[in-house]
Amino acid sequence: MRNFLNKKVQAIEPSGIRRFFSMASEMKDVISLGVGEPDFDTPWHVRDEAIYTIQKGRTFYTANAGLLELRQAIAENIMRLQGVAYDPAKEVLVTIGGSEAIDLVFRAVIEPEDEVIYTQPSYVSYLPCVQLAGGVPVAIDLKEENNFRLTREELEAAITDKTKVLVLSFPNNPTGAVMTKADLEAIVDLIIEKDLLVVSDEIYDRLTYNDDEEHVSIISFPGMRERTIYINGFSKAYAMTGWRLGYCAGPAQIIEQMTKIHQFTIMAAPTMSQYAGLEALKSGEQDVEEMRESYNQRRRFLLSELERLGIPCFEPLGAFYIFPNISQFGMTSEEFATRLIMEKRVAVVPGTAFGKSGEGFVRISYAYSINELKAAIERIEQFIEELKQEK
Amino acid sequence: MDIREKILKLIEHDSRLTHKEIATLLGLEEALISQTIKELEEEKIICGYHTLVNWDKTDDNMVSAIIELRVNPQRGQGFDRIAEKIYHFPEVKSMYLTSGGFDFLIELHKAPIREIADFVSSRLSIIEEVQSTTTHVILKKYKEYDTLFIKKENNRRMVVTP
Ligand SMILES: Cc1ncc(COP(=O)(O)O)c(C=O)c1O
Repeated sequence: MRNFLNKKVQAIEPSGIRRFFSMASEMKDVISLGVGEPDFDTPWHVRDEAIYTIQKGRTFYTANAGLLELRQAIAENIMRLQGVAYDPAKEVLVTIGGSEAIDLVFRAVIEPEDEVIYTQPSYVSYLPCVQLAGGVPVAIDLKEENNFRLTREELEAAITDKTKVLVLSFPNNPTGAVMTKADLEAIVDLIIEKDLLVVSDEIYDRLTYNDDEEHVSIISFPGMRERTIYINGFSKAYAMTGWRLGYCAGPAQIIEQMTKIHQFTIMAAPTMSQYAGLEALKSGEQDVEEMRESYNQRRRFLLSELERLGIPCFEPLGAFYIFPNISQFGMTSEEFATRLIMEKRVAVVPGTAFGKSGEGFVRISYAYSINELKAAIERIEQFIEELKQEK
Repeated sequence: MDIREKILKLIEHDSRLTHKEIATLLGLEEALISQTIKELEEEKIICGYHTLVNWDKTDDNMVSAIIELRVNPQRGQGFDRIAEKIYHFPEVKSMYLTSGGFDFLIELHKAPIREIADFVSSRLSIIEEVQSTTTHVILKKYKEYDTLFIKKENNRRMVVTP
């Protein structure tokens, strides 16, 4: 028989997280700090709206780009948060999670050999999606001493004649890093000068903890709206991961082509999820604020506990991850995480699951209750005590 | 939200948090937390620290009841005066003045049904201003103080996700 498989697909590495997942899910009594999704239930009024949608029999396809009311609410939301206007009819596309939007944008813009710059440690989707689209992924290894922010020098060094796209993903998974207004300001003119398209994944935009500055999107800088695909979704801010609902906004010519692919591959996002998303945007502000406050408390708790345990960690100001430096223990991230789960039954994700520059770090998620975090920290403390005695 | 409100929201749900823990969670100084809590106690904004018990899981044949009361306020005697005649009974766990079809809503402590009947007939009904009572026996408690008393489905999140 022939080998039926596509070589490009075969060559793609399975997610580093998957192996860890198999290990962790076979064990009993695991305290997991390993997930990338909220622990909160979707707010009840949102769930109720979806139930009502089904009861009313609104179970048909929506427009390919999504319910117009939803696109309007999305455009209003972006206006409210970032002061940038999008035309709901032509510049907003409702997708199956931010995930689909990430895939669509690369498929819509990449030609063979086009280089796509992204920052590492990185959310796991960009690299394979760029590869599948036939582009050449170029990683910039972000540095702990820069608080895992992208600097102008780093960006400048990575740009070549072939660079077409820059992926920005802040607040960041897995590091929790944010790019402030000033950080973005430093790279904007370079992006414009080099005529790059920015794919800005801002799925954690509502979860930031900087008292001095709310999240600023790159679309709010002059000249950037025209060259940015802004990606967001409902998963993180509204605790709606399983609903599979996200969206993107950008210049009409690009959104039109993305909508074309979406139309032939997906048709439209699930109708009930779209009505639920509309309800979340209309009346979910209080929920977002309460969850954010709760994440912030957990973030402070973990930071203070890690400090007590002598594990250095830069202060993350976004998302719900903390990215401590474990290099003092003389092990790879993989070894550290493996021993921690084998010996103490605590699951964290090795930094290397997010690219090789994650070496020396682990990702700890704080999408867990304080009591769960306390229990996990107790075990981590024992683990570290034992490691010290080995020395 | 001001600091007082933030502290109250935290300890309303977990009064066992230490001042140090509250300070960490809120990113504030421990001394400030202690001082603020002291003030809140003195001003009786914090009225007590109790434990939420699901008595249904512990006992035999005791029941709790909610009673709607309609009253006839007398000249020179407002609702507060009538309420006082009622809330001092140790049987009364909580009491509210409400708008709507009746005046007071009271919740009784758990007791054998016999005692509840006695209390209504020989204590409440005989109060001069009490016009009528409607007693509801609580059959099942689903939720109290933001806490579900029924078993919640296990969290089905996977252990590790991107
Ligand atoms: C940075 C980032 N982008 C996008 C996603 C995808 O989210 P969804 O497809 O649920 O909207 C995730 C999920 O973990 C993420 O962390």
